[in-house]
Amino acid sequence: MPEERRSDSYPLRRRDVVKRILPANNDLLVIAGLGSTAWDITSAGDRDLNFPMWGAMGGAIPMGLGLALAQPKRRVVVITGDGETLMGMGCFATVSMQGPRNLSICTFDNERYGETGMQSTHTSANTDLAGVAAACGIPIVGVVRTEEELNAALPIILEAPGPVYHVIKVRAEKLDFVLPPKDGVHLKNRFRRALLGKDAVL
Amino acid sequence: MDWWKQILSAFKDADVRQVAYVPDAGHTSLIEACIADNDIRAVALTTEEEGVAVLAGAWLGGVRGALLMQSSGVGNCINMFTLAATCRFPLPLFVTMRGQWQEFNPWQKPMGQSANSYLTTAGVQTRTAESPEDVGPMTTATLDRAFADSEMSALLLHQRLVPVKTFDK
Repeated sequence: MPEERRSDSYPLRRRDVVKRILPANNDLLVIAGLGSTAWDITSAGDRDLNFPMWGAMGGAIPMGLGLALAQPKRRVVVITGDGETLMGMGCFATVSMQGPRNLSICTFDNERYGETGMQSTHTSANTDLAGVAAACGIPIVGVVRTEEELNAALPIILEAPGPVYHVIKVRAEKLDFVLPPKDGVHLKNRFRRALLGKDAVL
Repeated sequence: MDWWKQILSAFKDADVRQVAYVPDAGHTSLIEACIADNDIRAVALTTEEEGVAVLAGAWLGGVRGALLMQSSGVGNCINMFTLAATCRFPLPLFVTMRGQWQEFNPWQKPMGQSANSYLTTAGVQTRTAESPEDVGPMTTATLDRAFADSEMSALLLHQRLVPVKTFDK
């Protein structure tokens, strides 16, 4: 058996957390990074205004930035993992420079690469993603470890003028796959049709 | 008209409203003009691959964008191009070339020599403007192919168009 690691016993469970951020009938524009967080948002209910990624690691946050700048009146939520965040940390500087008030980013941080065999990520050692974001100039940054902290953070995640970033420390656990559609053209077109109307897809 | 003004004019005609970039000397005037333009959001990137994702997000939100870089940036984008390729996001690229003409810095040569073939292998349609009068019509063609056909479409701007960098030698 592999050695016990600290995130094996973190109290927050990712599938519970995602349902709090994405309750039924929300009107959020949601981007999820590849792997576990794409399955997480789908477990909360697949919907046209979800864009779950199946690849392009490191792209979730900049994709959320482009969307937030394009749709300044809509709340954009990016939910991604610690491995995906680590691959593109420069984007915190890019987000900070643009300062979109409608962008909220959450990293579900289980300190593992979940899709590749649960190897430890750098956040299992000394890397502090919230510190990175704060140092890049993201104005509102938080770390969530408990149910109480999640309750306090939810209004900020969903409503505070941003950009907002939260690291949500979640238990390392192998869960069932809840797969969204994987046809990228379909995912793109359904999102645009739902957001912009049927004429947006020709 | 200066070639960079032709690019800006074509951006305006095509309703491009997000321009993402990693600076290059050859793109200096265009970047400054985009920053100054009230209808264009100029997005400074830390690495070019961010721009591929930024423009995909913009398109999801109904906004057209373009990505500016120099040839060395092409290599930084390769895996992120799969986002545009798989989902068929329009992706117009404007690449100022190094390493192909009066290049002082040999470290620029590998990407300068290979950018076109890397782009082609990644599925990007490419065309090259070698003289200033080509730039306007080729910019329009690049934007048209990207937005009308949901393609990755690149215009390579030959190093003869940009100032020679001599490092004061």
